[in-house]
Amino acid sequence: MQDLGIRVLFIGNNMQRLLLGLWETVQISLIAVILSIFLGIILGMAMTVKNPALRAVTKVYLEVMRIMPQLVMLFIVFFGLTKAFGINLSGRVSAVIVFTLWGTAEMGDLVRGALISIPPHQYESGAALAMTKLQVYIYVVIPQTVRRLIPLAINLTTRMIKTTTLVVLIGVVEVLKVGQQIIEANRYTYPSAAFWIYAAIFALYFLVCWPISLVARRLERKWQFGGDAK
Amino acid sequence: MDFGFITTHTSAYIKAAGLTLRLGLWGILLSLIIGLFCCMVSYYKVPVLRRICAVYIELSRNTPLLVQLFFLYFGLPKLGVVISAEVCAIIGLSFLGGSYMAEAFRSGLDSVERVQLESGLSLGLTSAQVMYFVTLPQALSSSIPALVANVIFLIKETSVFSAVALADLMFVAKDLIGMHYKTNEALVMLVVAYAIILLPISIAAALLERRVRRAGFGN
Repeated sequence: MQDLGIRVLFIGNNMQRLLLGLWETVQISLIAVILSIFLGIILGMAMTVKNPALRAVTKVYLEVMRIMPQLVMLFIVFFGLTKAFGINLSGRVSAVIVFTLWGTAEMGDLVRGALISIPPHQYESGAALAMTKLQVYIYVVIPQTVRRLIPLAINLTTRMIKTTTLVVLIGVVEVLKVGQQIIEANRYTYPSAAFWIYAAIFALYFLVCWPISLVARRLERKWQFGGDAK
Repeated sequence: MDFGFITTHTSAYIKAAGLTLRLGLWGILLSLIIGLFCCMVSYYKVPVLRRICAVYIELSRNTPLLVQLFFLYFGLPKLGVVISAEVCAIIGLSFLGGSYMAEAFRSGLDSVERVQLESGLSLGLTSAQVMYFVTLPQALSSSIPALVANVIFLIKETSVFSAVALADLMFVAKDLIGMHYKTNEALVMLVVAYAIILLPISIAAALLERRVRRAGFGN
């Protein structure tokens, strides 16, 4: 039976179910990515402001998000909030909250890095050309920041897609859960189903994340030397 | 908050933290070795191995650890390859970490300018000596931030091991929630446990980065 096990992927609507499961995680991560890009830009700008209180708060937030495993945060939001405050969130909503909180921290750090990587002479040259502060930002700083930021933000997207697999552990029915269901349903007809299903899920994730990584790398190379004044 | 409960179950957490750390350290050690190997292979452009390493890096960077673990732990036994959960976890973690470490080393090597290598050669050093005395020290010092970030990332990733029935910190917390319904206490202890493991690493990392910042010398 072993060499025929791969057929389990194609009988019935199994493949379709797996793809729908994958869409579930991708959807969660896309919502979280979009939210964290907006919030991250705000956070990143806040981190460059020279206000000690703001700086301390953002630093603590960043450190907490960097140290706590995402799974722990999922548990806190999914189980902890319910127990402590009676707030009952569905698995998907808690996942979006957790990945947005985490993504905002990561994105904020990237934005901060991109902002401080613009050398001061860029601001000064702009000012010397009699541009207003706003013009310096619009025509000089933001275009360069965005070029540095976009490849990194795309990389963060693949990381978030990969990390959203964790939602299976708080009971969201996504690709791994669907895979388990198919394996259970075909336990007797296709005993080697587990191998093929998990191999297929592995391949699916690769097919989703790899093109995104390639785009990020290409953009990074293309813009590597374009950022500075030449 | 039930402090009696916390004190009775602290020992379970300590034991679990031991497992988390042990698996994490093995994974980190192996990923450093894999990473250095892959990086050297692509640096010296070793013909066939180079391709294999490139494929490996793409595969491991673009798939989640949880899926890798499920494949190793539930998938492979169907083909007759039975691996214990602990070994699975270590293999999975080093499979994942190897590529991250390789990228960190590579960016470090890339940051060493050609002038350095050429100066070394013109002083009569052999290429092995240039590697050992000139390139590697500078490359290492500039890749330290990335390496340490990877160490923290890998220890965080160990939280997934509970899914293959390993009694790590996550598993103990889940267990206590299930058995005693003491969700708050279990989660607080979980957070504290991870903080105790990872905060010192994060702080040590910041100190280490300051100490080894030698590559920028002369710029």
